[in-house]
Amino acid sequence: MARRRPLRHVTFTLGLAITLVLVAVAALSLLYTPADPLAMSMTGRLEGPSGRHPFGTDQFGRDILSRVMTGAVTSIAVGVIAVGIGAGAGVLLGLVSGYVGGWLDETLMRLVDAVQGFPAILSALLFTAVFSPGMAVSMVAIGLAFVPAFARLTRGSVLELREREFVVAARALGSRDGRLLLRHILPNSLPPLIVQATTSFPVAILAEAALAYLGLGTQPPYPSWGLMLKDAQNFLTLNPWFAVFPGSAIALTVLGLNLLGDGLRDLLDPKTA
Amino acid sequence: MRRYVARRIAALVATLVFVSALVFVVVRVLPGDPASIMLGTEGSPEALARLRDAMGLNRPLPVQYAEWMGGALRGDLGRSLQYDVPVGALIVSRLPVTLPLALLAALFMAAAALPLGVYAATHHRRAGDYAAMILSQVGISVPQFWSGLLLILFFSVHLGWVRSGGFEGWSSGAGPALRSLLLPAIALGLFQAAVLVRATRSAVLDVLREDYVRTARAKGLSEARVVGVHTFRNALIPVVTVAGIQLGQLMAGAIVLESVFALPGLGRLALGAISARDLPVVQGVALFVASSIVVINFAVDLAYGVLDPRIRYE
Repeated sequence: MARRRPLRHVTFTLGLAITLVLVAVAALSLLYTPADPLAMSMTGRLEGPSGRHPFGTDQFGRDILSRVMTGAVTSIAVGVIAVGIGAGAGVLLGLVSGYVGGWLDETLMRLVDAVQGFPAILSALLFTAVFSPGMAVSMVAIGLAFVPAFARLTRGSVLELREREFVVAARALGSRDGRLLLRHILPNSLPPLIVQATTSFPVAILAEAALAYLGLGTQPPYPSWGLMLKDAQNFLTLNPWFAVFPGSAIALTVLGLNLLGDGLRDLLDPKTA
Repeated sequence: MRRYVARRIAALVATLVFVSALVFVVVRVLPGDPASIMLGTEGSPEALARLRDAMGLNRPLPVQYAEWMGGALRGDLGRSLQYDVPVGALIVSRLPVTLPLALLAALFMAAAALPLGVYAATHHRRAGDYAAMILSQVGISVPQFWSGLLLILFFSVHLGWVRSGGFEGWSSGAGPALRSLLLPAIALGLFQAAVLVRATRSAVLDVLREDYVRTARAKGLSEARVVGVHTFRNALIPVVTVAGIQLGQLMAGAIVLESVFALPGLGRLALGAISARDLPVVQGVALFVASSIVVINFAVDLAYGVLDPRIRYE
């Protein structure tokens, strides 16, 4: 790829398109849904797809299409905040660890190794044991699981960049440590961090769904795709569609975000293209 | 090699100390008073005081941590409030479900991912490569617990071939036990394989571009020997890295799939303990699982040293 025109890149364009549809659906659901996602109906429970309910209804007769639409908001919100927590804490750790070096670096990296022992599900189990489950627990637990990747990535580029001529020159000109880190080193380590954030986002959405499914994350009546699947499992024989639509929504969303992340990686890092 | 191993062991010990400290901080320090969480709102002040005393909550935190750690090192993780048995024994009793599930899934993962990844790399930018990549992209996107549900829907509800969940135990032979682990292990392993396929493919592709591979071809070696002998071993290092990370995720994934298939493993033990406010059990399971993942990562580090002598001298 001599000249990189983003929209010529099939993976990137497809990923971007799916992601834009997701965001549009989430935004639309804030203004309009075909039915009230919380309105129950005793007469129309566990129906299959029909003209009135294109995705069918759940065990309380609620419109699944409307609930899938509003579920997108939950997924995006948890995803964005979790990645934000992971990136914020990870980048800070990585900057300090790589720049200061020595025993502090060694200690912080062992801490990062330890955090790696806590996948989102394990942290969520721990947090839920002492706090009540909910979206906040999901966000923190998922975010924590991202810290090691961001910390290592940042530390790696700090180690590489701090010996480079422009950084040495800036230091010779009297730049202080904080300025060196924030103005010279951080901006130059951004591309891999952006890719990492993009590829973390779908992982966060999968994790949010899994936590909600286990009852450790988003709680009713908030519509969450994972929570809907938890309900659907009890009615697999009565209405299999109930399990199909929320699951497809997760898979399609994650697919779009993965393609977007892969495309972005190709475009930002010519080495792997 | 000996120095490399010694350094890695020192790092492992430091990491495990951090793991235990993290668990301790979340369970004992963050909530303020763990005793009131365990008793809930119905606990009388006397009962609270007794529990605090029994748990040693009146002593300084460093002392509590040291005691808990000292016990843990001797295999004593405290007693379950719910079952009134040692937490260690409870964990051991659930391992025959979680461990085989994770191992079986790892087996499926490797058996699917390695051949497919090598195939995709050796057929770079041809139909087979694209098919493998699309397959893996789909695999990454599908949540494991949903694929578990779909497998139940198809194989149990629709075809009626296997039970949709539950576990008969190993006492009635390996057959029934493996049968109840089959679907969850497929859901876990095949979908985790999707990530490993891509790692294998790109690692093999990288090595195929090396000069020594061109040399091997130039001297007339068969393609099977070039790929099987000269390429594969050198491609293994990044593959082992990813596979190691995957093993940790298999442990986490097993917790979720135990819920989908109603298997009495570690995950269900922890989930049950949460609703029963059985903090010692949650604490014990978390310490056990996190330590296992850290030890797996340590084993992966050692494996590098064996696979690639260059790493030892860094």
